[in-house]
Amino acid sequence: MTETTRSAAAPAAPDIPTGRSHRVRGRPLLYTSYAQDMALLDTRAKRVWTGLLVVLAFALTVLLQDRSLEVLATAYVMAIGAIGLNIVTGYAGQVSLGHAFFVAIGAYTAAALSGPVDGQRLGYGIAEIWIWLPAAGLVAAAAGVLVAPLATRLRGLYLAIVTLGLVFLGEHIFKEWQELTGGPGVGREAAVPQLFGVRLDQDGPLGTKEQLLYTLMLALLIVFAVAARNLARSRIGRAFAAVRDRDIAAEVIGVPLTRYKVLAFGISSFYAGCAGGLLYTISGYVEPGSFSLLMSVQFIAMVLIGGVATVSGSIAGALFITLLQPLTRSLPSLVPFVSGDTTQTPNVFQVETVLYGLLIVLFLIFEPRGLFGLWIRIRNYWKSWPFSY
Amino acid sequence: MALMTALLTFEDVHLSFAGVKAVDGVSFQVGQAELLAIIGPNGAGKTSIFNVLSGVYRPQSGRVTFLGEDLLLKRPHEIAAMGLARTFQNVELFHNLTVLDNLMLGRHHHFGYGAFAAVLWYGRARRAELAARAKVEDIIDFLELEAWRRHPVRLLPYGIQKRVELGRALAMEPRLLLLDEPVAGMNLEETEDMARFVLDIRDELGIPVVLVEHDMGLVMDLADRVLVLDFGRPVALGSPAEVQQDPKVIEAYLGGTA
Repeated sequence: MTETTRSAAAPAAPDIPTGRSHRVRGRPLLYTSYAQDMALLDTRAKRVWTGLLVVLAFALTVLLQDRSLEVLATAYVMAIGAIGLNIVTGYAGQVSLGHAFFVAIGAYTAAALSGPVDGQRLGYGIAEIWIWLPAAGLVAAAAGVLVAPLATRLRGLYLAIVTLGLVFLGEHIFKEWQELTGGPGVGREAAVPQLFGVRLDQDGPLGTKEQLLYTLMLALLIVFAVAARNLARSRIGRAFAAVRDRDIAAEVIGVPLTRYKVLAFGISSFYAGCAGGLLYTISGYVEPGSFSLLMSVQFIAMVLIGGVATVSGSIAGALFITLLQPLTRSLPSLVPFVSGDTTQTPNVFQVETVLYGLLIVLFLIFEPRGLFGLWIRIRNYWKSWPFSY
Repeated sequence: MALMTALLTFEDVHLSFAGVKAVDGVSFQVGQAELLAIIGPNGAGKTSIFNVLSGVYRPQSGRVTFLGEDLLLKRPHEIAAMGLARTFQNVELFHNLTVLDNLMLGRHHHFGYGAFAAVLWYGRARRAELAARAKVEDIIDFLELEAWRRHPVRLLPYGIQKRVELGRALAMEPRLLLLDEPVAGMNLEETEDMARFVLDIRDELGIPVVLVEHDMGLVMDLADRVLVLDFGRPVALGSPAEVQQDPKVIEAYLGGTA
């Protein structure tokens, strides 16, 4: 009833359509305003299914074992990082192999801010997550903005190689700066997640440690994902795509190239930094050796397997890659010649690296749009079912 | 023709690439609501003039003013924001984006909101996007692109891509429109459509146009004035009828001795 009274009060044919829409009963797909047409979830089916998915994801908190929750929470954090890489590489087209470097900066900023004041390592004792999480993102973003001018000079493979250099640079710094990182093989305690005085990395009255962290990561993933979708459909996301598709034309129609490349690196690194800060709260421990080329490759695999320039693809890719790990880790008990020990060859870690590479190659050949593309194919098949085309 | 208030002044511009004189002392003016055509054989410097105007090339000497401001000191995106829009000889669209997004990109410099508002998609950002969409829909309507709205441009036929590019330039709400061979490679029907759009742009929208084109029939029908170039040098400037009678033009085009 409120709908009809509202539409009666509104002018019949406004000159510039506003967000107000006149819904026609029984015609849910009839759009009467640009706001409806430009909505993120523009059909009822999308709204219902997305809602169900979110409810299911939260319900898993009580449905799954703590061990599984831990794996999923890790996957969600990796998804935040993958969305970040997708912003700079997928949307803005600037290939970056240095994502692990920005993840590391976030991880150490968070760890240092929330670490104990008089501990062995650098620490400032600020354990509240709403302080250290944005700080981790901002410090990483600042690093991204510093690196970005390279992207204005270089493109394609050259940029990829230079960003690759960042990873090795970072590896060296983090190994040597022992006051911050604890050094290789020793490491340090990770960021302490505390929300308004409640420690989320300890079992409490609200739930087990895994349940609390899972809920936190899921909520944050939703926030970061919605933000990225909004960014992608705004003037900024369009400008990124313009820079990616045809940079000279972008500049001539009024998109300042340098500013948008810097912005893309900044936002991407912000996501990476936040992911870094969160990632190690699950295990409670950061080892400087983890920020290697393998981690960068992992993120690239997530983006390529999930779907370039899609947010849902980044999440799907992150879930896929992270959930692959428990499978590969159980290989030694199934396949006798694969070892679980890093000193032996072939070991599970080598198998994982090969698998990432293989998956990237296969996806690029058979479905360059990744898991997102597979989803589109399935959806189109059922749209026309029972007809073939 | 008396030009009371010249929108664009191009004065004695010299541009060369390592000895090759691409633009060699060319001068012209564009007035309000005028359609100026630039013609000349291949390599005459037509596109180079456009690249000087849009800030892609820096000439060695000369003066270019647009709306009373010196264009030679400005970057391409600043020139775009001043209201100088152009299309390209070879279609330079954003291929993975839809027609709608390509046109919305034309309005890029009309948006004032920042990254924070974009992420929240609320208030100012949302209002600006909705208003921009309404404006873009007007252009879709004007150029009869309704059927292609949601298609990625790389999948569209060439003639439609050319029209989308024109739409993107119009979405900028330009004060002056530069069209680089808008009907190159088009069939007769598409050429007729494009000619109609160009005339409508000048007469209905009141936007002055500078047109580079090889299709002589089209140029002579549409243009108010024609500038003829050869090897970067100006050969003639005048009404289509005057230019067609000019012996120097006949020589440059037909290679004969008039």
